[in-house]
Amino acid sequence: MLSRRMERGSTSVALAFAVFLIVMTVVTVYIFWAKVWWFPAPINDVGHEIDAQFMRTLLITGIVFVAAQLGLAYAIFKFRDQGQKAASFEGNNTMEIVWTIATIVLFVGLGLYARNAWAEVHFMGAAPGALQIEVTGQQFVWNFRYAGPDGKFGREKPELVSASTGNPVGLDPTDPASKDDIVSPVIVVPSGREVELTIRSQDVTHSFFVRELRLKQDAVPGMEIHMHFTANDPGDYEIVCAQLCGLGHYRMHSILTVMSEADFEKWMKDQEAANQ
Amino acid sequence: MVTHENGGGHGQHQPPSGFIRKYIFSIDHKVIGIQYICLALFSVFLGMGLSLLMRLHLAWPTTHWFFFKGGLMTPEQYLALVTMHGTIMIFMVLTTAPQSGFGNYFLPIQIGAADMAFPVINMLSFWTTFLSLVVMVSAFFVAAGAPIGGWTSYPPLSALGESAGPGQGAGETLWIVGLAIFCAASLMGALNFITTLIDLRAKGMTLGRLPLTCWTWLVTAILGLLAFGVLLAACILLLLDRVAGTSFFIPTGLVITDQVITWHKGGSPLLWQHLFWFFGHPEVYIAILPGMGVTSHVLATFARKPVFGYRAMVGAVCGIGFLGFCVWGHHMFVSGMSPYSAFAFSILTMTIGVPSAIKTFNWLGTLWGGKIQFTCAMLFALGFVSLFVSGGLSGLFLAQPSLDLYLHDTYFVIAHFHLIMGVAAIFGMFAGAYFWFPKMFGRFLNEGIGKVHFWLTFIGVYWIFMPMHFLGLAGHPRRYFDSSAVTFLQKLQPVHVFITIGAILTISAQLLFLYNVIWSLFAGKEAKEENPWHATTLEWSIPSPPPHDNFGGLEPVVYHGPYEFSVPGAADDYIPQHLAPNLVRKA
Repeated sequence: MLSRRMERGSTSVALAFAVFLIVMTVVTVYIFWAKVWWFPAPINDVGHEIDAQFMRTLLITGIVFVAAQLGLAYAIFKFRDQGQKAASFEGNNTMEIVWTIATIVLFVGLGLYARNAWAEVHFMGAAPGALQIEVTGQQFVWNFRYAGPDGKFGREKPELVSASTGNPVGLDPTDPASKDDIVSPVIVVPSGREVELTIRSQDVTHSFFVRELRLKQDAVPGMEIHMHFTANDPGDYEIVCAQLCGLGHYRMHSILTVMSEADFEKWMKDQEAANQ
Repeated sequence: MVTHENGGGHGQHQPPSGFIRKYIFSIDHKVIGIQYICLALFSVFLGMGLSLLMRLHLAWPTTHWFFFKGGLMTPEQYLALVTMHGTIMIFMVLTTAPQSGFGNYFLPIQIGAADMAFPVINMLSFWTTFLSLVVMVSAFFVAAGAPIGGWTSYPPLSALGESAGPGQGAGETLWIVGLAIFCAASLMGALNFITTLIDLRAKGMTLGRLPLTCWTWLVTAILGLLAFGVLLAACILLLLDRVAGTSFFIPTGLVITDQVITWHKGGSPLLWQHLFWFFGHPEVYIAILPGMGVTSHVLATFARKPVFGYRAMVGAVCGIGFLGFCVWGHHMFVSGMSPYSAFAFSILTMTIGVPSAIKTFNWLGTLWGGKIQFTCAMLFALGFVSLFVSGGLSGLFLAQPSLDLYLHDTYFVIAHFHLIMGVAAIFGMFAGAYFWFPKMFGRFLNEGIGKVHFWLTFIGVYWIFMPMHFLGLAGHPRRYFDSSAVTFLQKLQPVHVFITIGAILTISAQLLFLYNVIWSLFAGKEAKEENPWHATTLEWSIPSPPPHDNFGGLEPVVYHGPYEFSVPGAADDYIPQHLAPNLVRKA
């Protein structure tokens, strides 16, 4: 048998619970509001769209979060056992229908609204004339290949891959088109010009992630996956691997450098010269 | 009343006398339930221990610890911890305790049956699960150590053997074999649950009078039956790729450290992801649904009110179960899957938020106008509601592919699934433990220690997992050994320290629970009456602990719905399900 004391709803427990929920809610909302930890600013137009969709989602989930936690806190405090008789209602069909429809509209509507940002990156390919760069992931480095002056990517063969002798992607020297291909451990792109990446992997699944582009794409062995972006702001941005690829996963890192068209032409010339 | 004879064909009413038949190879669902709970309890402390090692390393990566060879953790040790923590927690804790543990013990009693439909299969499924745990844990003790592929074990990393990394040799093979055995065990359990619930309900126990716990155990069993079969097949294919030279998941022309792999051709890494997540997403609901059932049950009992919207709750549970099979692609938005499928999966995933929201509204409706009693069980059930909201809402971000492009595989995901399928599910189990302990052992868990345990745990889990959202917003990828190679991660280090302090606090608090369980088993306050909580369901109509065949060879008859609390005109504020209408005292 429970003691009478235990059967009662203790005011101090109710108060502590309610206060905890309120404090937790306020602190969480504050940290989101003040953006104490946040994304870096995006460097492409899609990034701005994605951030806007994030904010819409944050607003809706934020309202639900605050309402639900504070509602719970209120109910816990208000309806603690003080010797009253509990109500006996078993439900309310109108309310069930209202909140079912409301959440369908809200959640599915939000999902449909998100279509644009996704479509821009994924439903449409890059425009003709986009700068072509091939991205190859391998344990635990990224390599980036440019087609060189002839504008053609040469043949690659797995059996020619040899990181130690400076042929990390396995370029076939017997193919004339591969002679002028440029392979770089960092990726350099001109600002304001569309870039199309062909993402692939030599060994296991990796993931190409650049925060400032709001872009992440797995590099899957056996597949060539196309992504495109236009970076607007010159600067250096970190590339990390976001898919567990083995013990060096955490150090699979490179840099995306965005530079002006003129600087990019110069960089390309230097690479071509070094390649002779 | 008639003598109990059920479809299982085991009319035995005398408990077996030998120790081995009674406690080891028992076919009594109650003993098997306790065996599962013990297995889960061992596993949860093991899993927490592994996470503590990870947290210590993440907070202070250069500090020397006596428990690592040479004082420092290596990347492969860290990834082995990641893999084994996830695997043990998801399979050995979140899949066993809520369903096979509490479900095994209380499903037959709550529906008025003497045992499960197939008692011998029940025993087999426990011992098969035990074997799977032994095989899996043995991966720690092979030469190259435990696997490093994460609990999702994506090929080719998991399929190529030791050349892909340490731990990917014998350790990975043991992991796959252990998991396959676990699938077999879960399939047996699922069949047993479904059959029991359909066939062995007592007279009057219509579907509309089933406690919500039973509804969630039923839907969970159906999910298990459909999902574990697929995972079993996937595990066998992966094993064949490793040991028999097949190429289900390994494409042509891979090069590992300059060596070409010529003996594998034509496989697809994405095939594994589809198979794995076809299991993996329902698995989330396998973990959380029973917790939802227990929460509904406990909220009604200690708010002294009927569950608000019982039919809507049943509908939501079934809706979650069905939709749970339609959303696996949201784990694969960045995998290279078709962007059109991704968009379809996204909308379906947003839809699954609807039944989840219905449940939350109904829980608040259950509390509204109630007479809330703060037992430890109730505190954990209330905590469940708060955590379910916090963990569920972040799912709305991850369900949108355009937002997932950034958040995928970051700490934001870790925060999301730990809050909802990890911690909320465990709160459901704690609520069940404090609620049912007196029934199972005839003694109460200590409520004083329990309250301290609750507060430390509740504060602790928010302390640990809320900040992880912000690590994710800052772009911190998961499964990273340390931050040394990435500049933007280095300024996040104070957050790691903060989280680790919370983890130490929370994990320490679980020792209180362990102490409470052991102390209360022998010295806890005795539960002298059958129904100390004044609850309504059938388990409270029999002695504590229940006799061998639950109802003493009699078949109970059910007259009432599961949550008849504070019924107008009745003298008591609860009407047990088995109480004949003429015995209900009028006010």
